[in-house]
Amino acid sequence: MTAVLTDPRAVAETVTDPELPMLTLADLGVLRDVRVERGTVVVEITPTYTGCPAMGVMRADLVHALHRAGFADVDVRTVLSPAWTTDWISEPGRRKLAEAGIAPPGNAPVRAAGPVPLTLGPTRRTAACPLCGSADTVELSEFGATACKALRRCRACGEPFEHVKEI
Amino acid sequence: MHEETVYDALANAHDDAGHWAFGTGFDDPLAGVDTTVPDGVDPADLGAYCLMLGDDALVLAQRLTQWITNAPELEEEVAIGNIALDLLGQARLLLARAGSVGVLGRSRSLATDSIPDEDALAYFRDADEFRNTALVEAPNGDFARTMTRLLVAATVRLAVLARLRESRDPVLAAIAAKGVHELTYQRDHAARWVLRLGDGTEESHRRAQDGADAVWPLLADVFTATDVERRLTVAGVAVDPAAVRAEVREVLTTVLERATLRVPEWPDDARPRGRDGVHGEELTELLAELQGLAREHPAATW
Repeated sequence: MTAVLTDPRAVAETVTDPELPMLTLADLGVLRDVRVERGTVVVEITPTYTGCPAMGVMRADLVHALHRAGFADVDVRTVLSPAWTTDWISEPGRRKLAEAGIAPPGNAPVRAAGPVPLTLGPTRRTAACPLCGSADTVELSEFGATACKALRRCRACGEPFEHVKEI
Repeated sequence: MHEETVYDALANAHDDAGHWAFGTGFDDPLAGVDTTVPDGVDPADLGAYCLMLGDDALVLAQRLTQWITNAPELEEEVAIGNIALDLLGQARLLLARAGSVGVLGRSRSLATDSIPDEDALAYFRDADEFRNTALVEAPNGDFARTMTRLLVAATVRLAVLARLRESRDPVLAAIAAKGVHELTYQRDHAARWVLRLGDGTEESHRRAQDGADAVWPLLADVFTATDVERRLTVAGVAVDPAAVRAEVREVLTTVLERATLRVPEWPDDARPRGRDGVHGEELTELLAELQGLAREHPAATW
């Protein structure tokens, strides 16, 4: 490998999410910082969900991408606070999700300090159908194939689709 | 070389050494996190407290996992799997925090050197070293009892974590801030099931009531602080469980009344048992399932 040729941030920003491969880690809001400290590229990432099994893969992919670009010393660090929220998914990221047939999240619920209120009714999430655009959709399951997604169905075109849950 | 799939990347995460078969094989989950112990806090106390919170999550995750392939419907199986995974993630961070302050018990001498602290703690401690409460340890029973227990356990944990967001230990505060988001939907999910079952058919109502009657006595030692919790509460690091009692009672009463269920008698406060390492046979059996393979092949890699 030769000496540094490119901006390490630009390299890190090309790495995609293992479970939502249409998004880069930057689109997802998981990539918090890239900087060089005394010759080492320091990358900071934050987990989406505490148990997200993709974190290790993200870490490995970042290290590999930076090594390939010629950065020998890479230190990927975890940032736990502030906690990730779907509000950090970028506008291009939301567009790419919709293009892939996955409904992007709306605004995350506002969380005040103090006790968390109980919600006994059906979840109030809504999402337009990413295929036909209809707003007439229904949640089939609050939990989906990955921690971050719910399963919905469109009443207009009948197609099921995934929805990145607001958190 | 560019990895085209998750599996390629996984296989190449450590090119030279294999993965230890029972861990994730990935780096320290607290890599880069400042793990300095706050001034005036005994690291042994902090570690013991992290074990309490971590073991609650680990044991409940294992209990929930026992429903996989047995849940009443596919969507519910996915829900239970997701909830268990959240809890396992919380356990991993909390046990890693315990390890970072040197609270490893006998586990470190039993596990091989290549196994990370949090995995050593999960797989190589015996039941008497676990610090979870009986609330999360009791067998699942039927689906109604499982959901009632999840409701009660998630309500207690959410109330504790919501307060722990202000902890003077920045690692605990960060784990709590994230956990609150997850516990919020876990509690709501369980509450909706209790509502549906309690206010459902005669049979589902009977089972939900039986579930509540079986789970309520497990609250006896949940609100009693151990000496560790008492000292750490004074130090601004922990939450005295007695402080969440009123909120827990209010939430649970609301759900049960809406579900047309009778609120069982609240048990008298008892001395801590699980938090002091006193457990039933059930935990030994659960740990045999959780730990058996790892102990049989302590240096296995893939």
